[in-house]
Amino acid sequence: MRTVSLVLALASALSLSVALPALAQARTDVNIGLVLEPPSLDPTAEAAAAVDEVVYANVFEGLTRFAPDASVVPALAESWEISEDGLTYTFHLHDGVKFHDGSTMDAEDVKFSLDRINAEGSLNAQKALFADIASVEVVDPLTVKVTLSKPNGAMIYNLAWGDAVIVAPETAATNGTKPVGTGPFMFGDRTEGISISLVKSPDYWGTPIALDAAKFLFIADPSAAFAALQAGDIDSFPNFPSPETVAQFESDPRFRVVIGTTQGETVLAMNNGKPPLDNIKVREAIAHAIDRDAIIDGAMFGYGTPIGSFFPPGDANYIDLTAQSAYDPELSKQLLAEAGVGPISLTLRLPPVEGYARRGGEIIAQQLEAVGISVEVINVEWAQWLSPEVFLPAPCEGAVGAEGKAPAWDGSCPATFSYDLTIVSHTEPDDIGAFARDDFYFNYHSEAFKALYAELGLTADPAKRSELLKAMQQRLADDYAAGFLFELAKIGVENVKLQGMWENAPTQATDLTGVSWTE
Amino acid sequence: MTDLATAPLRRDSLLRAALGSRNFVVGAVITLGILLLAVVSFIWTPFPFSAQDIPNKFKPPLTGSHLLGTDYLGRDMLSMIMVGARTSISVALLAVGIGALIGTPLGLWAAARRGTLLDEIIMRANDLVFAFPALLIAILITALYGPGAVNAIIAIGIFNVPVFARLARGAALSLWTREFILAARVAGKGAARISAEHILPNILNTLVVQITIQFALGILAEAALAYVGLGAQPPMTSWGKMLADSQTMVALAPHVAIVPGLTIVVTVLGVNLLGDGLRDILDPRLRRSRR
Repeated sequence: MRTVSLVLALASALSLSVALPALAQARTDVNIGLVLEPPSLDPTAEAAAAVDEVVYANVFEGLTRFAPDASVVPALAESWEISEDGLTYTFHLHDGVKFHDGSTMDAEDVKFSLDRINAEGSLNAQKALFADIASVEVVDPLTVKVTLSKPNGAMIYNLAWGDAVIVAPETAATNGTKPVGTGPFMFGDRTEGISISLVKSPDYWGTPIALDAAKFLFIADPSAAFAALQAGDIDSFPNFPSPETVAQFESDPRFRVVIGTTQGETVLAMNNGKPPLDNIKVREAIAHAIDRDAIIDGAMFGYGTPIGSFFPPGDANYIDLTAQSAYDPELSKQLLAEAGVGPISLTLRLPPVEGYARRGGEIIAQQLEAVGISVEVINVEWAQWLSPEVFLPAPCEGAVGAEGKAPAWDGSCPATFSYDLTIVSHTEPDDIGAFARDDFYFNYHSEAFKALYAELGLTADPAKRSELLKAMQQRLADDYAAGFLFELAKIGVENVKLQGMWENAPTQATDLTGVSWTE
Repeated sequence: MTDLATAPLRRDSLLRAALGSRNFVVGAVITLGILLLAVVSFIWTPFPFSAQDIPNKFKPPLTGSHLLGTDYLGRDMLSMIMVGARTSISVALLAVGIGALIGTPLGLWAAARRGTLLDEIIMRANDLVFAFPALLIAILITALYGPGAVNAIIAIGIFNVPVFARLARGAALSLWTREFILAARVAGKGAARISAEHILPNILNTLVVQITIQFALGILAEAALAYVGLGAQPPMTSWGKMLADSQTMVALAPHVAIVPGLTIVVTVLGVNLLGDGLRDILDPRLRRSRR
């Protein structure tokens, strides 16, 4: 007992000496840990979630934005009117908004940014969301009129995406390396492979922020992430990659663990267009061979919610379809026999995510082996995963690109995919529409689904939209378009004195505008 | 080289020396035990080594039928250690094999052509390889050809080549000045024949000792490669992979890291003791000074 009290005395003496200077002045900087490093910093030209995790709401802002509760609130547009026919949107912009380079943000910049999304050669990753925009008109410096080619009930919502942030024509080309936006933080500097730092913008138009500086550190290795938090090098890890160590943080008074929800549908993606996976019986057999509870328990240490389709369980329009692909290895074997495709051997390519992909893959491989499907597990890096090896369509046969190299797929031939299976978590909000894309790696071509999605785009009535969204979930579950596993939990581990970090992740973002230190 | 009449006597004294060396006996027992574990794993393990039983994960050692407990997927640790021994031993053995089979002839060749340009070229090339850290070579190879046990073997094997080349050349050089070599030359034997028939048998003792040392290092190198994800790929397992997979789970269930860690320590210790013991026994000078 004596040693214990001695240790306690020492500990309290130590914490006292640490606490004293802190009492004088609360910290105004924060170090955030992220798993993935963004390839560039331009959210309008890059698909990677890691870009938005650094710049969304911090550096760049759009006309509207996502709030922490997943609702859409005004941002650069202070208000807007929608015409009766749903075709004309009139946005009234905030006055006195400046870009970080000192220039004023006005209607011309909005027109430039929105026109740029649909322009020829645009690299925007979410072009489909804005395809209905027919024209953008400058009425006066603070008023923009957006005309749609057909009604789109989700347009205000779509404009909140990081892909539709407002940029200045002068700096648009260099935003990838030196982003210039209208947000409360300016880009500071970047140490490739290690960190990106942001500093407070002196003339921010909106609610003043509490922080003076923020630094994002990129730590992919779960044990390194654990160590960095323990050592105090990182104040908050919004998506902590090591669920197995969460219990240690929970029992440590220096930390707070916040378990929230994400938009991360984790799926065993199946190449719907490649035999034998083009056979619905085979896909159904795979779906029934998967024991979701075992995966959540074994790979995620209990953090995650089972899903039966491609929709977040937290959403009001969610329907629970897990029963349709319940774990039933006997049924699975029977379906395989009915499919009559003979012995099946598939490859399973796993991106470098220790939890859901690598550990989950090991479990799924075993579960598929148990019903007689042999699986070869191949661990890949993100660069390979984001190539024609898995995610991208292969270039057209015979096409020759620059310097004799095979070019990227440019849409001039049917998209072909070569992978069999992979596991990945899709953390974009409301991304069920991905299944309607012909060039998406699910390789799922369902006219019925596309029709539903097209109708959803034309529908503004909430009740009708809800009905359509439910029908889409049902369609995907009926077609066994993927092995739907679970919704990723957002495991946030942060310094107990830090406040204002998002509890849930309605979109890919690390919004620091409301973050501050207590004391 | 051995006089026929004294051969049985020598074998007899070797055996006595072997049993008298505590290092040798302990080392041999441990090494044989691990080898036995690996061999038995081909025909029998307590459980199929990759069979998952997630509800029963992290069971501590001596729970039910799991002698060494279960890991984070509920797999039987003893079965994994047994199968992992296969990987570790075969990687280490093959890597040392590559090193000895390429390195020794190179060293002998260099010694036979001592002082010539060829000697210089061979030995400087070896120095070049030696200057590269083994792990760097391994990462280089796996980066080019993908991770896997075969590439790990090649990487560790390449690193072993200069070790054996240097050793063989050094030991052979001193022999080339001896009278019995001179006699062989006078009898008209060529350099290659002399190297094979007279030099090699006489440096075999030294080589055997070195093989055990490199074998222990090979096991460590395999563990290090697997630890950074460049060794055995799933579903195959190895001790280093078990260690790597369990590093974040030490607080939840210490045994998942302690079991493979301790296995590596004991094995390396055992093989090193065996090597020490062999040197004591095989080196006549050492033996004489001991007495």
